[in-house]
Parts: sequence; C-alpha cells; structure tokens
Amino acid sequence: MARIGVFVCHCGTNIAGVVDVARVAKYAESLPGVRASIDYKYMCSDPGQNTVIEAIKKYNLDRIVVSACSPRMHEGTFRKTMERAGLNPYLMEMANIREHVSWVHSDDKELATQKAMKVMEMAVAKVRRSEALSKMYASIEKRALVIGGGIAGIQAAIDIAAAGYKVVLVEKEPSIGGRMAQLDKTFPTLDCSACILTPKMVAVAQDPNITLMTYAEVVEVCGYVGQFDVKIKQKAKSVNSKCIGCGVCITKCPNKKSLSEFNEKLAPRKAIYTPFPQAVPNVPVIDRENCTFFKTGKCKICEKVCPTGAIEYSQQDEIIKEKFGAVVVATGFNIYDHSNYGEYGYGEIKDVITSLQFERLLNSSGPTDGHVVRPSDHKEVKNVVFIQCVGSRDEAKHRPYCSRVCCMYTAKQAMLLKDHYPETQSYVFYIDIRSAGKNYEEFVQRAQNDYGVVYLRGRVSKIFERGEKLIVKGADTLSGAQVEVEADMVVLANGLEPRSHAKELAQLFHMSYDQYGFYNELHPKLAPVETAISGVYVAGCCISPKDIPDTVAQASATAAKVCALFAKEKMEVEPLIAAVNPLTCSGCETCYNVCPYSAIEMEDKEVKRGDVRHVAKVIESVCKGCGACVGSCYCKAVDLKGFSDRQVMNQIEAATQELSTKDKLQSTI
Amino acid sequence: MANDKKKLNVVGFLCNWCSYAGADMTGLGRNLYPSNIKIIRIPCTGRMDPMMIIEAFHNGADGVLVSGCHPGDCHYSEGNFYWRRRYPHLKSLLEHFGIDKRRFHASWVSASEGKKFAEVVKKVVAEVKDWQENG
Repeated sequence: MARIGVFVCHCGTNIAGVVDVARVAKYAESLPGVRASIDYKYMCSDPGQNTVIEAIKKYNLDRIVVSACSPRMHEGTFRKTMERAGLNPYLMEMANIREHVSWVHSDDKELATQKAMKVMEMAVAKVRRSEALSKMYASIEKRALVIGGGIAGIQAAIDIAAAGYKVVLVEKEPSIGGRMAQLDKTFPTLDCSACILTPKMVAVAQDPNITLMTYAEVVEVCGYVGQFDVKIKQKAKSVNSKCIGCGVCITKCPNKKSLSEFNEKLAPRKAIYTPFPQAVPNVPVIDRENCTFFKTGKCKICEKVCPTGAIEYSQQDEIIKEKFGAVVVATGFNIYDHSNYGEYGYGEIKDVITSLQFERLLNSSGPTDGHVVRPSDHKEVKNVVFIQCVGSRDEAKHRPYCSRVCCMYTAKQAMLLKDHYPETQSYVFYIDIRSAGKNYEEFVQRAQNDYGVVYLRGRVSKIFERGEKLIVKGADTLSGAQVEVEADMVVLANGLEPRSHAKELAQLFHMSYDQYGFYNELHPKLAPVETAISGVYVAGCCISPKDIPDTVAQASATAAKVCALFAKEKMEVEPLIAAVNPLTCSGCETCYNVCPYSAIEMEDKEVKRGDVRHVAKVIESVCKGCGACVGSCYCKAVDLKGFSDRQVMNQIEAATQELSTKDKLQSTI
Repeated sequence: MANDKKKLNVVGFLCNWCSYAGADMTGLGRNLYPSNIKIIRIPCTGRMDPMMIIEAFHNGADGVLVSGCHPGDCHYSEGNFYWRRRYPHLKSLLEHFGIDKRRFHASWVSASEGKKFAEVVKKVVAEVKDWQENG
C-alpha cells in the first residue's frame, strides 16, 4: 500500500484565516494510505520544505499531497522538494485550498473547511494512482524572435544579441521606432525622445546578430519552447536592396493623397514614403493602395528618378519560414479612440486633438516644424485646455483602468507649450494626479508652480465652438463651481489600449489576454514578463500601460529570460504526455487524426508473439500532453501520464463521496 | 454566499490553461461563489472522456460543469473544438438516460475571467438546485 504524507499549509492567514487547517490535517489521517499529516504556517518556505523532507524520511513516505495554493503557483517548488527528498517529483499532488477554497468561500468557515477536506481527499485519491515519471529533455534552437520594433523590442533585441545569440526583429511598419519615435520630449527629464531613441535604432541596424525585418508580420506559429516554427510575411516594399536611401523618389512622387500615420494624420504623405526622416532602415516602401501606378497603371515617376534602379513594382509578398527557440512579444499600444465621447465634439471640432497629435505639433520635425497651430486655421494658440482620463478610469466607457502615463505627459505637454510660447496659458481638467515615479511628483509640481499651469479638478461636460474660440464647460469640484474656459485648442489625454491586432497575435501563440486585449503575465508579481506559454515572453505596453523606463526594464528582463533559456545545452520538458497500450489498441486511427501536433504515428507492431497489428504510437518528443487522443479513443488504449483515467476516476469518486468518518486504518503520528 | 447546505454536489472539470487559471483569478479577486463545486484539473477539455462525466453522475454527482478556453484560444490549438462537438451529443444522450439538462453544463472561461467563473458557478448551482427542488 502507498505511504502518503499530507502537508497542509496555513499560508499565514490566507488559508488558516478561513479554513480550520488542523481539522483538515486531522481528517487526512483517517484516509487510507495516509501515514503522516502535518500542518505548517508557510509550507513553501525553507523550514516548511524541510518539514516535508524530514517527514518523508521519518515516516518512509513514497508520495505526498501538499494542501496549499494553486499548482500553477507552487507545483514546481514542491516537485523540487520531492527531488531533494529522493522521491520522484511526479508522486506529488497539490490540493488547491487557497485560490479555490479559502479565498472564495470566506463567508462560511465551516463549509470552507469541509470543502478543503474534500479537495485534499481528492488529491490523496489522485496521488494514490500517480506513477513515477522520468524527466525528458529537448533541444533548443538558439535564435530569438522579437515581435514589435518599438523601444521594448529594440531593447530586448539589443540585449539578447549582446549575449551572442541571433535575433530576428519583426516590425509591421516600414521603420522601427514605434510610439517613442513619435514623441517630442520625455518626462520627467525632458530628454528629446529622438535623441535617446535613434542611437538604439542604429545599433539594431548595425548589430551583426540582429536581422531586421520591417514591413513584415508574423502569420503562423507552430511548435513550442525551444522549437517554434514561425511563418513571417514580408510584405512587398516595391523597393529592393539596391536602395541607398537618397529620398529622390519621395520628393518627386506626385501622389500626396494619403495622410501620414506617423504624424497622426495631421499632414499628407506621399505614396512612396518612409514614416519619418530618421527611419531605420532608411528604405522607402510603396503604399500600393494609394500609388497612382498600382491604381491606374500609369506614373512610374519613382522608377524614372531612382539613381540605382531600386524600384521593383513586381515584388510579391513573401512568406519566410524560420525556427526560433524563444519569442519576445512587444507589440505596444494604441491610444484610445475617443469617438465614444460625443461631448468632446469628436469629428466635428477640428481643434480638439489627441495628445499624440499634440506631440507631433510640438515636435520640430513634425508637420508644422514645431509650431503649435490650430489644425483648422493654422493660427497660433493662446489658451489650451488639456482633458485627462479620456478613455481611462471611466467605467461608463468600459475603460476602468488608469493608463498611468497621461498625468505625466499632460504636465509635460503643458510645460513644453509654455517653453515654446511663454505667453500661452494651459488649463488641465483632471480627476486625480497620479505621479508615482522617480522625480515624477516634483515634475508635476514644477508644471503647477513654475509654469503656472492651472489644474482644475473635475470632468468636462461639453465643448462647443463660439466664433473662433472653443468653449470648454466643466466642473471644478474643489470650489464646487461650474467653470467655463475659453480655449484655442483642446488636447485630450487619451488612455492607452492594446494594438488592434493584439488578440489575433495572442491566438497564434495561444497566449491569454484580458477583456481589453492586454496580454496576461504568468504571474502578476513574480513572473511579470513570462506568459503561460513557456518560451514566449512579453514586454511593455502590450501587457498594461506603462512608461518608458518600466518598458525598457521589462524588455531587458525578457532578454535575461531568453538568455537563461539559451544558456542551457538541453531543456527539461514535462513528461506529462500520452502513451498507447498496443495490446488494447484497435488501430482505428482516430487518435492519429485528432492529434493537433501530429505526434501519433501508426505502425505494424508485434504486440504478442506472432501477432502483428496495426497500432498507434506516440512520438514522445512531439507530444505536448493535451489529451485529445485520450478523450477520443474508443477502446481506452491511450492514456495520459499525470492525468490518467485511473487518477481522474479516483478524483471523481472522492469528489462525489460524502466526507468519510472512517476510522483510521493504521495509527500515524 | 448562497451555499446550498442540502449537500448539493457539482463536479467541475476545468482545463489547466484557461478555466483553472480563471478560477485562480476568482480567488485572487476574492469573488465568492457557492462551495458546492469540487474542481478537477484536466490539461484540456479535449481530454474529456465522456466516461468521466457519466462516472460522475453514476457516483451521485448532482451536477457536472466542464469549462475550457474560448473557442480559438485553446492552448493546444483545437482541443476545445473537439469538446464543443462532443458536448451537445453527450448532453442529449444523458437526457435520454434521464439526466436532466439542468445538471450538465459547459462554459468558456478565460484565464482573466475570474468574475465570470464565479457567475458561472452560481448559475450552475442555481440550475441544479432548481432541478433538485422542483424536479
């Protein structure tokens, strides 16, 4: 008979505050096969784990149940504990009595305790049928894929390349640089954004370990950590590698009907273009939807003026297959589309603009060469109203979260405006000022005290035009008065949201995401750049809104994770995979057809002497342990290690029985 | 929480990657739900052998819930599609056997839908209770 140990964790008061842990431990003693049952304050701590190891030795246990938190949290921890105690790590089960009991049944301690006993009993029932499994290893393709060429992707690529590993950086726009390239200056130091970003962009282009693929998208992903097979679509640039970046084609292109995405549609751009003058690579692309030649078959001016013959109209989209060991996803953000806010005159009042548009107006290489003028009549501004929390902290607009950077960039924009035009006056409507960060609060104070920016605590109810002016009506909740500000321009501090294709990309990798489309970290505190998909890491605003320092720190963290993975010769993989019993297999090929990984092959095998049959076989290195074959097998010939039929059936039996009050089979402690 | 003290017992099979993680999220958010459900972790809803559900009812479970990733979000690409196909067949088969349809449920709960999981459990327990009390 099995010799099972049960270890019940208090988790401080997280569990013990609701569940009577001593009673759970006492109940464990009554279960068949349980030879030891101990409760302890923090089972995952060093002394806690030593308690487990000592009990294993003292009571000669051969398998254990840890009643504590979710296995998604500490399964790995206690598997290592098992190894240290000299036992097979797969003879351990966790009973989740924190996330699934104490935290969700805190309203009835008696019922919570009864459920904890039951959950523990189910784990004991399962572990009784657990089998020792041996570790498996897989090889690692030591090349990394970085998706997204913003500051996060750039930093991750540079750091991974610095460790000597090959990196492919994929960016969907014609140039890397991302959102940071659009910014004028950065808070709280007022560094010029381009001055700190462009050297890094150049470093990427010059690094022999980094292959840059711009105007490209990831379209298909197969495989898993160590062996991702990725298909990347290189969109046709219509300009080949002979291009020297002289820009004559851009100057001569007669078609300027499109609006520049980089300039937030404040200015036109040509049909052949680079997003901005410092683009990396400095190679233009032809926007085929708007190019006169592609629409009418006539023009070809760019081909005529190109001194190197680099224009290639016949280029086709190309699918490139690559193999990678790890992936960093850093797709960044979009700003919130404020068309929901009718009261701000979206689409009707031209001089109500977004913060990113204002950023372009401030920028000396922007559409107005740094002159802050009204989009409607190009007149310079005197009074500017900034409205914070547009699409942030607004339950009614389904954006209850804080976008974190808006308070800071609004203060920055108001200060920069004053620096450009000392006679201007800025007003900021805000809910709360959130300026947590090094030198951030001081920065906002400077805006208020040194720059005379007027902060009004309240929401704006309406913006309308009166003559040339915009009238902003709102409440000042501190004085309790209704206020009306006459402005030349209104700047909305739009919140941050994920890129529009974030969900599609997540589905390619099977990553999970929240209701807004932000990617979920493996653990919000302890694994903030890892995802539930091993080998896939995330950085920057695709996880949640954050500022540049946090984004860069996360990017470097992903690089450290990738390098740690690549530093190993071989990688340990979970042996929780399927296995076929050839004696009961009927050779129907159902499992062969359902397997999503093609991990089943059919073979003619001598299952008994002189009895050769057509049976299924699992290719162990390919199987990922989903169990689709197990669920579909007609003759129960396939089983899944770690989630075997016998284990699950035992759990079902325990789950459906009443709490037993059976006497102990044998005395224990 | 409206725990049914009349020993109403629901067995929940949750896939490891979405719904089990979602149920963990329910805990992190301290969203309360009835304690009648006992959760069994499985790798994927595609692993659901119909026998496991039949076994649960056979052993006296009042209700069964199977929950997995939203279609399209399966960690293993297509496991939940197999389950989505099996579920209606199994449901009608079980009804034919005399298992009331209020006792057998399936849902899609992602790893971030902690609140939703609590709502799903409340709904399932309410339906099973309705069957128990009103037949």
